[in-house]
Amino acid sequence: MSGIYIHIPYCKQACYYCDFHFSTSLQNKQQMVEALKKELKLRTTYLSDPVIHTLYFGGGTPSLLDSHELADLIEMVRETYQLAPDAELTLEANPDDLTTEKLTQIKALGVNRLSIGVQSFDDEILQYFNRSHDSSAAITSIREAQGLGIENISIDLIFGVPNQTRAMLQKDLEMALSLDTPHISIYGLTIEEDTVFGKWHQQNKLTPMDDDLAGQHLMLIMETLSAAGYEQYEISNFSKPGWRSHHNSSYWSGTHYLGIGPAAHSYDGDSRQYNVSHNTKYIKALKNGELACEIETLSQKDKITEFVLTQIRKSEGINLEQLHRQLDYDLQRTKAAELSQLLAEQLVYIEDNSLTLTQKGKLLGDWVTEQLIP
Amino acid sequence: MDHLRNFCIIAHIDHGKSTLADRLLQNTGTVTGRDMQAQLLDDMDLERERGITIKSHAIQMAYKHEGKDYTLNLIDTPGHVDFSYEVSRSIAACEGALLIVDASQGIEAQTISNLYLALEHDLEIIPVLNKIDLPGARPEEVSEEIIDLIGCDMEDIIHASGKTGFGVDNILDAIIKRVPAPKGKPDEPLQAMIFDSQFNSFRGIEVIFRVFNGSIKKGDKIKFVATGKTYEADEIGTLGLQQHPQKEIKTGDVGYLISGIKVAKEVKVGDTITAIDRPTTEMIKGFEEVKPMVFAGIYPVDTQDYEELRASMEKLQLNDASLVWEPETSAALGFGFRCGFLGMLHMEIIQERLEREFDMTVITTVPSVQFKAFMTDGSVQDINAPSEMPDPSRIKHVEEPFIKAQIISKADYVGPIISLCMDKRGTIQNQVYLTADRVELTFDIPLSEIVFDFFDKLKTISRGYASLDYELTGLKQSNMVKLDIMLNGEAVDALSAIVHRDKAYEWGKRLCEKLKELIPRQMFEIPIQASIGNKIISRETVKAMRKNVLAKCYGGDISRKRKLLDKQKKGKKRMRQVGNVEIPQDAFMAVLKLD
Repeated sequence: MSGIYIHIPYCKQACYYCDFHFSTSLQNKQQMVEALKKELKLRTTYLSDPVIHTLYFGGGTPSLLDSHELADLIEMVRETYQLAPDAELTLEANPDDLTTEKLTQIKALGVNRLSIGVQSFDDEILQYFNRSHDSSAAITSIREAQGLGIENISIDLIFGVPNQTRAMLQKDLEMALSLDTPHISIYGLTIEEDTVFGKWHQQNKLTPMDDDLAGQHLMLIMETLSAAGYEQYEISNFSKPGWRSHHNSSYWSGTHYLGIGPAAHSYDGDSRQYNVSHNTKYIKALKNGELACEIETLSQKDKITEFVLTQIRKSEGINLEQLHRQLDYDLQRTKAAELSQLLAEQLVYIEDNSLTLTQKGKLLGDWVTEQLIP
Repeated sequence: MDHLRNFCIIAHIDHGKSTLADRLLQNTGTVTGRDMQAQLLDDMDLERERGITIKSHAIQMAYKHEGKDYTLNLIDTPGHVDFSYEVSRSIAACEGALLIVDASQGIEAQTISNLYLALEHDLEIIPVLNKIDLPGARPEEVSEEIIDLIGCDMEDIIHASGKTGFGVDNILDAIIKRVPAPKGKPDEPLQAMIFDSQFNSFRGIEVIFRVFNGSIKKGDKIKFVATGKTYEADEIGTLGLQQHPQKEIKTGDVGYLISGIKVAKEVKVGDTITAIDRPTTEMIKGFEEVKPMVFAGIYPVDTQDYEELRASMEKLQLNDASLVWEPETSAALGFGFRCGFLGMLHMEIIQERLEREFDMTVITTVPSVQFKAFMTDGSVQDINAPSEMPDPSRIKHVEEPFIKAQIISKADYVGPIISLCMDKRGTIQNQVYLTADRVELTFDIPLSEIVFDFFDKLKTISRGYASLDYELTGLKQSNMVKLDIMLNGEAVDALSAIVHRDKAYEWGKRLCEKLKELIPRQMFEIPIQASIGNKIISRETVKAMRKNVLAKCYGGDISRKRKLLDKQKKGKKRMRQVGNVEIPQDAFMAVLKLD
């Protein structure tokens, strides 16, 4: 099992909350595609298992790629790796890019899953975020895609927006449910330093949502979606049974993946590798047949921490037996005191050798993680 | 003796004392340009960065004037109010003083008080208008101030620039012509005054002294009168840029003494050195035991570093005898030390030196002054820390130290300065216009009120113009109470403070609010309460943690999140536990930053 992530570092405009790597100048897009192809070719030996089960185009905004560019990249993957016949092939897309024509083309290219950046169905919030679309564009694009037979659609939503009320969140959830996509990702808004929101926060022009309220909102989300038949298979991800994101699941289960493109990350079980977060530097290096990246070798302690912090997010929880066997970390013994407190507070439960967050525990996931890592 | 001149420099911080001193060393050939390092006399890094001389030194220069050879001893003085006793001893070792005034800034409070000290000791004052080359220089106005102050003539004032070297020869000539040669009797018994000391890790304490009568010879058996300790003068000499060993230091001259002294406490500034075989009957006047004025607890950030902190403090004490400390235990902070400092600057310096020279980061508790509790049973207790405050039912009354604070400022800021001092329980005693534009204000004010943030506030409201000098005037009865802070019902000793009853409510409220900001949410609600005795006067609550989860965690987020968790974990290890509440270290410093 292996996955490939391809980062498309372009956006029409910058969303005020986003600190991912992207550029709003599309000038070098063609050169970028060439560089991405070159990196794919250059790194064929990175993955120990060459069979690719998931291919994921993320960004930035991958839907900004012209169909022939996307075709080129998929073709390169097919040429240099073994793309499994039933591979999950996801494209992140912004609603305003998803015209009927575009949808038809990408479907023809083999894209079988769409992750649509809706963020909210509230036009005021969309404006506040500096999104390039309104809610009706989002609704239209989802219905169009469904009409064309693309079933596997995920929508991204953001909660915890300053001044967002419970009623506003409820409306977002209702709208999302009415669209009946099999997958919904919901992220709490985090104010990142190097963003417009970060700056506003520093200047006291933006007050992040109070944690108590954000906690209540997250609870509402979990209850509403669960009632609608979605399972929370990861803290921020909800799906109808059988519709999980295979690619993203690989991040939480230690599957190796290859990250292509500027700022993309790769993982081979022993180290994490980060490509340079700079489009020109990235392109230049690949022109010379080199890769501009940094490698971080994981210590035993790092591996344990990552195991705990990723697995605890999943509905299956931390496989204690696997953790013990694979990384020689007997969590129940090493963290006995912490664990008994967490159990007493009903933040976690242990069943079948798995340690899982309770509903209450999910709200405090990071704090719980901190108690359990070495 | 006719060819000897002993002088010091009186100047405010930043008025260019050190630069001008360097010029004197250069023009007399004591240092060559090559050796020259800006502000030579300040040899601690810290001093150079702060631009102030913390420890005084002495340096000897040779100078030829009208065909005759002269020896000049420049005795450097510390420039801050915390070290006024050391300044007074340096002054007592001189016959003359250069009064250096910045030509654009005019006279400041510290300068005036040191000038008065110099006049008390009958020093010949040579006024120097420095930084005359700067565009903002106002030589006429500032000269008027000087003339008003010391009653000299306009032509007595030397114009100079430490930067360009202008006027430096005039200064040297004036020192020779105007400063009297030392008087004293070479055939009398030895009488020398210690005015400084420094620590040498190989040779022990080096004592810097001035001979008033008699002379000291290498190998002499000597005695320090105040401590009663006896030593042998293993090495004596004069101080140039390096030490120059000599066989004898004669009447009127300045020198150093090495006699294997290991403990700085044995060397008291102001003490008299005499010879054992022919001792003097009289101590040199003016000796005082230096007493700490400000007290605070110093604790290692990491409790495991206690022994290392102790070793560092011991080393610091070797060259700073004015630092006193004893072990102290706090329920919240563990093992640490109760320290006495000469003042707030001194405290800051110690803290910084611990950090720089010993790589020790420390937590400092609320600074306190020494109160006296008069007990119902007639006894009197010194209170250096809130924990030492007896039960109120056993106290008849409490007295606290008051100071006379002299503030010199531009006239524009008189209003805000007066209200600041009134807010600090001060009363105005005097208001004198030095010139149309500059005012000297005198306040009677409790010392405890100026140990926190007074100086910073004064600087802020006067846009940096006001300068402060103070001296202790005595004790007065005050209604002081001990204010305690409780977290989740448990008193945190390190956050207690002794405050005036009228201010306790405000203090408690602000401290609770600040702590609410600083204490991270935990699994349970944490009440923060301020109390006097059993009476709660303020309350805040840190709500229980409700949500603490980062939203997304994909490829690149994983290592980012791991690093974040590791960092949080590390920060948590440095937290202190009181009851079941975890307190970050900056909460203990919160009191110091209440505004």
